[in-house]
This record gives sequence, structure tokens and C-alpha cells, in this order.
Amino acid sequence: MSALTDDTIPVTPRAMRDEMMVFGAMAVLLALVPLTDIYPFFVMQALCFALLACAFNLLIGYGGLLSFGHAMFLGTAGYCSAHALKVWGVTPELGIVVGVAAAAALSVVTGFISIRRQGIYFSMITLALSQLLYFIYLQAPFTHGEDGIQGIPQGYLFGIFNLSKPTVLYYVVLAGFLGGFLLIFRTINSPFGEVLKSIRENEQRAISLGYKTDQYKLLAFILSGTLAGFAGSLKVFVAQNASLTDVHWTMSGEIVLMTLVGGLGTIFGPVVGAFVIIAMQQYLAGFGQWVTVIQGVIFVACVLTFRRGIIGEIAHYFRRSL
Amino acid sequence: MKQRISALFLGTTLALAAGGTALAQDKTVKIGVLTDNSGLYSDLGGAGSTLAAQMAVEDSGLAAKGWKIDIVSADHQNKPDIGTTIARQWIDVDKVDIFVDVLNSGVALAVNNLVKEKNAIMINTGAATSDLTNAQCSPNTIHWVYDTYMLANSTGQALVKAGGDTWYFLTADYAFGHALERDTAAVVVKSGGKVIGTVRHPLNSSDFSSFLLQAQASKAKIIGMANAGGDTTNTIKQAAEFGIVSGGQKLAGLLLFINDVHSLGLKVAQGLNFTETFYWDLNDGTRAFSKRFSERMKNKAMPSMVQAGVYSGLIHYFKTIDAMGGNPHDGVKVVAKMKETPTDDPLFGKGTIRADGRKLHPAFLFEVKKPAESKGPWDYYKLVGTTPADQAFRPLSESVCPLVKK
Amino acid sequence: MQALYAQLLVGLINGSFYALLSLGLAVIFGMLNIINFAHGALYMMGAFTAYFLLNLTGIGYWWALIIAPIVVGIFGMILERTMLQWLAGLDHLYGLLLTFGIALIVQGVFQNYFGSSGLPYAIPDYPQIGDWRGLQGGINLGFMFLPIYRGWVVIFSLVVCLATWFLIEKTQLGAYLRAATENPTLVRAFGINVPRMITLTYGLGVGLAALAGVLSAPINQVRPLMGADLIIVVFAVVVIGGMGSIMGSIITGFALGVIEGLTKYFYPEASNTVVFVLMVLVLLVKPTGLTGRAA
Repeated sequence: MSALTDDTIPVTPRAMRDEMMVFGAMAVLLALVPLTDIYPFFVMQALCFALLACAFNLLIGYGGLLSFGHAMFLGTAGYCSAHALKVWGVTPELGIVVGVAAAAALSVVTGFISIRRQGIYFSMITLALSQLLYFIYLQAPFTHGEDGIQGIPQGYLFGIFNLSKPTVLYYVVLAGFLGGFLLIFRTINSPFGEVLKSIRENEQRAISLGYKTDQYKLLAFILSGTLAGFAGSLKVFVAQNASLTDVHWTMSGEIVLMTLVGGLGTIFGPVVGAFVIIAMQQYLAGFGQWVTVIQGVIFVACVLTFRRGIIGEIAHYFRRSL
Repeated sequence: MKQRISALFLGTTLALAAGGTALAQDKTVKIGVLTDNSGLYSDLGGAGSTLAAQMAVEDSGLAAKGWKIDIVSADHQNKPDIGTTIARQWIDVDKVDIFVDVLNSGVALAVNNLVKEKNAIMINTGAATSDLTNAQCSPNTIHWVYDTYMLANSTGQALVKAGGDTWYFLTADYAFGHALERDTAAVVVKSGGKVIGTVRHPLNSSDFSSFLLQAQASKAKIIGMANAGGDTTNTIKQAAEFGIVSGGQKLAGLLLFINDVHSLGLKVAQGLNFTETFYWDLNDGTRAFSKRFSERMKNKAMPSMVQAGVYSGLIHYFKTIDAMGGNPHDGVKVVAKMKETPTDDPLFGKGTIRADGRKLHPAFLFEVKKPAESKGPWDYYKLVGTTPADQAFRPLSESVCPLVKK
Repeated sequence: MQALYAQLLVGLINGSFYALLSLGLAVIFGMLNIINFAHGALYMMGAFTAYFLLNLTGIGYWWALIIAPIVVGIFGMILERTMLQWLAGLDHLYGLLLTFGIALIVQGVFQNYFGSSGLPYAIPDYPQIGDWRGLQGGINLGFMFLPIYRGWVVIFSLVVCLATWFLIEKTQLGAYLRAATENPTLVRAFGINVPRMITLTYGLGVGLAALAGVLSAPINQVRPLMGADLIIVVFAVVVIGGMGSIMGSIITGFALGVIEGLTKYFYPEASNTVVFVLMVLVLLVKPTGLTGRAA
């Protein structure tokens, strides 16, 4: 596993300060987006995927567990939120709670099943579980099959914020993203995060030091799944639909790609990766038939030339952890 | 920030001015071709749909009358998410007035909602779901070419009449397949036939032999294929292999396009019955258009009915806004006007648009020619029956669309 | 009961495709430690090569069975030389991502030139001996009508699978190969060109995929995306069989075909999902697959 994140740079107070500065800069830049000509819906969608990739990264970059089924959390939360909002007519905050709770429950169950497997077998069992969920969602009547749940009402968050106004929705999504990001950031730098990293580096040694590594891994899995679900719930308000593509295995693959392009095991890498991939999907859409070819070329180039990912390469160059 | 506010201010004054005087003279139109450019359905729509839109612009003659018409096109990759984000951006930033093609039911329903919310227009020529003009109908959407109800109605009725009174369904296990099966079964029963069984296969299966064996064992006279694309072509190919047709059973394609027949080849596809609303070799009008179209296609393909629909729908749209004297950028208003005006174009002939947004035209039942009967590439169909426009689609009496006054 | 026999037989036929494909994947994983996500695209290329041979040069099915795997195998070896070899010693993930990118490129290019609906390819109708017209037609087995072509597929792929297993597990060359993956430096010290052996192995695995492509051309439409849907299932077969185990993937491939066949009879909707149920169950009981080594 060591090849994935080979530059383990010790966390120093200085590195912490650097990271906080980058975080501040990122937050300010993102907050300024509605004042520019950048299309806010594009950024909102990218933010949802960025949070998703960060949640995924928590597991792989710090726990050494490559999940190939993270789409199941995204989709489960999305479907449950969408159903609650549209059919039960609940308020937006309750809709998010329903979605996140569903993702959390799912991550407890799937975590128990998968966490004891290692390496490629962990990836495969998460993939299999997500395929089972895909089948369930395909069969369940409330998802409306490939038509998906459409026209989901956005409503008023806490009764005040009108989410059908793009600017309001933008800041709500941004707040959600920053909140989730900070939570991950805190987790990584907490004693819990340190134990996780030690498990990634050498699980046997962590066990011999008396850590119940399975419990730590399970906790990380649940946290990651729940946050991924949170991203899925937020996305419902942006896209106003929930569909099968969010539970399909290709979505799980995309999450891996985003994280890898940005930089596995870096704090800001997944965010950059998500923006790059989403931008590619949106702005290459006009290239018609060449979209898949261009995507393929970028992935090949990424693996062959900048394997640490965009942020990883930058961090490596400056000898900083980012 | 200051600049932005002044820009906003300027924008508002301009808009106000436009609202007052310049409205009727606004002769700019932007067309968005939202389609599958890279996936399973790219032969039906894709680059061909963009070409059809271009030809419609050229043939409309509006440029000579001072109109400025732009076309943008994009690949929705069959994902509702990507489809809506592109569509939203097109409306908000690029000021697209009208969406055409939009194949894939999931994407179509999502864009349908958005277009209604933003008061734009969608002429859907690619999606199969009859919900677009039923439960989910909208004053901003016209469904042009076909839908599941029409396909089921035409093919089901004709085959039962011809003696195919026992049916076995081979259905793709997703909403579209279920709708097609449900609608066809209803028609079969109503026409005096009987459904003796059904098997549901997962989407994108590569092997159909197990399902075909079950269909074969049922001894039904007709095997109805309620699936699409690669699933249908593989079913047909493997049915030939297992001697289903030579054993006396008949295959009925519930959704087949000329591109599918072309890719199968006549040797395998011969004798198939199915319904389309357009075929290039119907009359002089369709032949003239198709010849021009195929000359400009990369692989010299004839137009599919989806692509023909893009052309036909846009011609009607251009006629309408030209008659209105300018583009009001008001979807509901334009669509209402389009519904008032009878349609007439060389591809689909004379027709009308109903209150629920359903475009009415005849449905044709075709049979695929034997290799010996075909004079060359793309000469594939024999016309064996026509359902008149007023009987082909779901009658308004069965509609739940709120736009229909009862 | 007769229907059940038929389903079992049909399942076995499908199983032979799974076996051929997963065998190639297992060989590549076992020897190169690369998860070859381009396998589906290379399978598709095999089918397309057969189509081109027939339509551009008039070379028919039987020759295509030999030529297509060689052509695609050479293409694979070029890939290995120019790209994959740089990933030696890195995590699996990079190989997976690189080959995924290659698959996207290959499928995209084919789609651009040949559209999505696919091209026809007929079952060969020669040699003609008496009433036999090549592999066309079928035999009535009493409980089902068996197309001759399907029977041929089972027998032929079984022979190929066993020959490959024999080559790798029982011959001198295979022994070198296995040794080279365990300890390349040591094997090189014996004067064996290890990089060349690895390239050849990749070519062999890719050739097997192309062979499966040619075999399936007369049954399935020759489409650019024909391998895209298959890859994930084949992948699961390799995992269930135990990553890198040759015999494991052959047996699992055939077994999955049969189990899928039964599912298609009793609960057809789930027939694409059953493989994943199986994978969860197997991994719960045996953490490294049926015959696998530790990850």
C-alpha cells in the first residue's frame, strides 16, 4: 500500500498553519463565486462531488481502505432525501437528516461486512455490496427505475432560506461543504486520525500496541459513508432529481478518479480533483463524440506523468503536506 | 462589485426597454440539441440530430428574413444529472430558447421539469416515455415522434388482427420496458389476444438464450420484445440462431429503429414487424430530405425517426415564431401558438399538436424485407399497415394530463 | 425438468465466455500484478478484427480465430512496452486506472468510426461436408434445440482454457514465468530476459480476450461497448476464483455461467446481480477467494 501515499510528511505546527491558510483562501474564493461570471450551478455540483471525494479520501488516504462502492452512500442518501422531500413533503433540513441517517445506517451494516477484508478484497466486497444496492433500487417502486425521482421541491431551509434562489442555494451548499470538510480535517489531525494513519502504515504494529484496529477502521468507514451521504443529500437540492446513475458502479469509479487526479491522501486534492472531473464532464460535453477519448487520454497522462495527483505533485515540489 | 452593480442596472434598463418596444423585433433564436453523442443511442440521435437541426435552419429561409439562429449541441451521456446541469446553463447563460432531441426518458423527464420552471421549450423527439404528455405533461413541452403507448397500440393491434393472438413478452427490466409491456399487453387483450407469459431480463444483457428458450417453450405465436438498442439487436440475432422464427414463432420489435435493422443486416432481421412514424423511402418528400441528409452524414446513414423529428419539429417552430413576427422568449406562449397552428412538413406530412403536447401523425407498421427484395443498403422496409393519426396515440379521454380540459 | 436441463446447458455456454475472459485477466494479474480494466475493450477489438478481416480482406472465421488474437495481442504488447511497464512495483490502483483510461480511449475511437449499434457477423457456413454447413444450424437434443455454434464454443474454449493452464502450471516456460514474478532479480541472474517474458505474458492474456471476442462475434452484435458491460462481471469471477489463480478462474467462470443460467430461470431480473451476491458470500467465508493467495 505504501506506493499510494509515499510522501509521509510529518504534521508540524507549521504544516497545520499552512493548511489552515489554504483552507481560508479556498473558503474565501468559493464565497466570491456568485459575484463572478462563473456559473454557480456548476460550482455547486462540483462542491457536492468534492465533499464526496473528501469523504472517500478519508478512508483511502488515511485508512488505507480503497472503497469501490462509495456510490451506494451517495445514491442511498439521495433517494431517501428525494423521497422524503417529494412524497412526504418534509422540510429541507429534515430531508437532509433522513438522507444522512439512511447513509449512516447503511455504512454501519456494510462496514461490519466489509471491514475485515483487506486490500483488493475490501474493494471488491464494497463493489459487490453497492451492486446489490443498485439492484434493490432498480427494483424498488419508489425510485421509479431509470426515470428517477424528478422535480424535487427545494423549499425553505429552516423556514427562512429560499433554496430555489440560486445564490441562497449556493451559500447553503457551500456551508455544507465547508462544514463537512472541516470535520474531515479535524478528524485527520485528531488522535483518532493518528491511529488511523498508523494502521495504514503498519496494521500489525498498531495491533501490538493494543489498538483495536477493526473498531477504528469501522468508525472511519461509518464517518466516510455518512459524509458521502451528506454530499448525496445536498446534491438533491442542486440537481432536483435522484437517479440510478448515482448508484451505478461507474459513479464509484468516478469518485476514485477524482481523488486520484487531485491527489490521494492529500487534504485538498479531492476538492481539486472533483472540480477538474466535473469541469471535464460539463465543458467537454460540447466536443460530442470525443468526450470519452479525451477523458481516457487525461487518465492515462495522469497515471504516467503526475501520479501523485495535482495537489500531491505541488505538495511534493514544495515539500509541504497539503 | 461596483462594476457588477452597474452592469446589473444596465441589464435591467435594457430588459425594460426590450419589454416596451423591442420585443416584437427580437429575431434571435438559440437552439440546444441535447443528445447522446457517445453512448448507446448515439446512432439514433447524436451528430445526426445536430445535422437535422442545421438543415432545418437552412431550409426555413429565416436567415434571409433577418433572423439570427444559433445551434449549440452537447452530450448528456445518458445521465439526468449532467443533462439538467447543461440544460440549466444553456438557459441561464447561453439563453437557449428551445431544446430538441433529448432522448433517454430519464434525462427527458428531468429536462421537462426544468424547461417548465424556466419557461423554455422542449420538442422531444427521442424519449419513449408517454408520461411526457400524460402525468408529467407541461405547457412547455411537445412530444413529437413516438411514445410507448403508440408503439404498443400500433404493433399490438396489427399483429393480433393478423392472427398472432398468443403473446410472450421478453421485457427489459426497467421502467421503459415495463411501460412498453404493460401498454402492449393491454392492447393485445383488448384486441382479443392472450398474454401467456413474460420474462424480464436485466438491462444490457449480452446473452438472451435462456430467455429465448423460455419464450420458445411457451409456444406463443408472437414473442414481443419490450426492450431497446443493443438488447433488441442481440435478442433478434440469437433468436435466429436458436431457430425461433424458423420454428414458426414470430418476433415483434416494440421499439426498433432503422439503424438497428442496418446493423443486424437483412439476413437476420428479415420478417420482423414493428412500428415507426418515419421511413426515408415513404414518398418524394422523405426521399429528397433523406438523400440530402445522408450525403452530409459521416457514415452516409439515412435519418432515423428521431433525427427526422428534430427537423420536422424545428420547421414548425420556425414557422410559428416567424408568423409571430419575433421571438418573445416565452415558452408557454410559443408552444400555445404552435398547438394552434396545424403542422405541415415533407417528412411527417400534415398533422396537429394536441392540448397535452402530443404531436399527432400516422403510425406505420413495417415489415423488414427479405435480402432478395432489397435493392441496396438502407432499402429495408415494406409498409404493411397504417394507423391514422387520430387513432395512433393515447386518446384524450384516457389522459390524466391537467392541461386537458374535460 | 427438461427446461432446467436446457438452462444448465445454456449456462455452461455462457460460462465458457466468462472462463476465457477471466482466465486472461487472471494470467495478467498473476504474472504482472496488473488489474487489466482494458480487458473488455480488447475483447471488443478481437470481435472487430474478425469483422475487418472478413469485410476488408475476405478472410473468414476460422483464420480469424488465429489472426485476431495475434493482432490484438501485438497491440497489447505495444501497450505494455509503452505504458504498463512503467507501473511495475506500484499499487494496483494505478494499473487499474491506466487500463481504464486505455479502455475509454479504445472504446471512444471505435464508437466514433463505427457508431453504437454495431455490425453484423454471421456464423461461418464452411467447411461444407454433406449436410453440414460449417457451424450453422442446430441439433435437436430432445430437451432443447442446440445451435451447433454454441456447442463448438463450449468445447473450443474448454480446450483453450486447459491448454493455457497446462502451459503455465506444467511446462518449463510456465515455471520460468511463475519464478519471474516471485523473484525477477534472481530469474534474471539465470540469464532469462524477464521484461520480455512479462510482455509476452500480457500479450497472451490479451490474446485470450481477443479470442473470446472472435468467438462471440457471431452470437452478439459487434459493438464498441460490447465489453464495457462484461468487464465488471468477469472481474468478479476472478476475485471469487482467487486473484491470479488460473484454475480458480476457469472453474469459477463455468460455474458462474451455470448459476446465472439457473437464476435466469427462477428469478431472471437478478441474473446480472447474482454474481455479486456470490462474491459477498465467498469473501465472507474465504477472505481471499476460493483458491486465492493473500492480498
